[in-house]
Amino acid sequence: MDGPGRDPSTFPPYLYEAYRATVRRSPKQPLIPLPQTLSEITGPGPAMSAALHQTVQGAVSAEDTDLTTNMGTGTEAMGERIIVTGRVLDEHGAPLVGTLVEIWQTNAAGRYRHRVDQHHAPLDPNFLGYGRCLTDTSGVYRFVTIRPGAYPWQNHPNAWRPAHIHFSLFGPSWVSRLVTQMYFPGDPLQPLDPIFNSVPTDAARVRLVAQYAHDVTQEGYALGFRFDIVLRGPRATPFEPFEAAQRATR
Amino acid sequence: MSGRALTPPQTVGPFFHIMLREPMNALATPQTAGTRIRIEGFVYDGDRAVVPDAMVEIWQANAAGRYRHPADLRPAPLDPAFVGFGRCGTDERGFYSFDTIKPGSVPFDAQRVQAPHISMLVFARGLLDHLRTRAYFDDERANADDPVLHLVPQQRRPTLLAKHRPDAGRVVYRFDIVLQGDGETVFFDL
Repeated sequence: MDGPGRDPSTFPPYLYEAYRATVRRSPKQPLIPLPQTLSEITGPGPAMSAALHQTVQGAVSAEDTDLTTNMGTGTEAMGERIIVTGRVLDEHGAPLVGTLVEIWQTNAAGRYRHRVDQHHAPLDPNFLGYGRCLTDTSGVYRFVTIRPGAYPWQNHPNAWRPAHIHFSLFGPSWVSRLVTQMYFPGDPLQPLDPIFNSVPTDAARVRLVAQYAHDVTQEGYALGFRFDIVLRGPRATPFEPFEAAQRATR
Repeated sequence: MSGRALTPPQTVGPFFHIMLREPMNALATPQTAGTRIRIEGFVYDGDRAVVPDAMVEIWQANAAGRYRHPADLRPAPLDPAFVGFGRCGTDERGFYSFDTIKPGSVPFDAQRVQAPHISMLVFARGLLDHLRTRAYFDDERANADDPVLHLVPQQRRPTLLAKHRPDAGRVVYRFDIVLQGDGETVFFDL
């Protein structure tokens, strides 16, 4: 139940000066190790998945997983159609079934549908840029979308974010919560990007880059990319002590 | 066991509102059991400037101290009108709020209980990983024996206490989150 959870070979430091916004937003005091109690080994994931399951009546709808059409205009989004799929696993390699996966991204021109985005690239009236799904019984998620564009940002002179898709997952517990970004293979902007480079090791950065997957590519339709996601699990399963605690309080 | 290397986190960035499809900061309905509370506050950076692009998530037990989760095997009752999860983006003033109920106590280990608390995560542009903290209630006597508060140096514990104030018949707790500097909120390594 103890010991630090943020492995320094995988987790970016909070202060990474090349990414300017970290300078005033990173804590200066050391993090305090927190034992994983019932508050941490539980979490909203199962309830969120159950609610979504009810909403879509047991099947994930194309409305949620197909970003090329889910703006609902009846016209497809512009851009290079892609399929992004992968498995969501725990640290022991077990598939996480029924886990909510949410994504958001720019359109093909590198523009978010967001009031803060002032990049003078065109908005695509047929692209929303948000999708969600639940993993299937093998822990697999799958989205159809368009390849997002690179875009400039204000971090440093001539700064460009490499193309990426934002991912948000709850997983089974409060410990397993993950927000991350998926990148594309062979993108020359990655080694120039402080957000990507904030991940401390090559081995860990590679895990943020999707693989081109020809077996996922659909003939005459879309290129395929595979991106597996591994979420943290609880370090202990202290159910017995909690039951004992319950007995002790009777 | 065959270990799998974890996927590293990355910042939520400034455009996460695309994901916030509907407001998720009203946790209690008229049917929910328990004392209605509002927990609210500002998020500040190291210059004491407000953070208008943060996202706060909370997770808590119901009024009986039971989590809606398969790992909570205790017989305390579930409340059909309560899940316990909330999410709120800060506004241009750096302000967030949740309308919820005061959670019950939950166990720490076989011998000890934890004082009522709300688990919190903070996401923002400039946070390469989310920050993890807890809000306790400053008018709760059980805080004195809380095993987690005891892990925190005494002079920093007040940063984890949401401060009660009556407000037109409502129970409001103020919980500011200071990312850096004077009065920096205690964040946990989990």
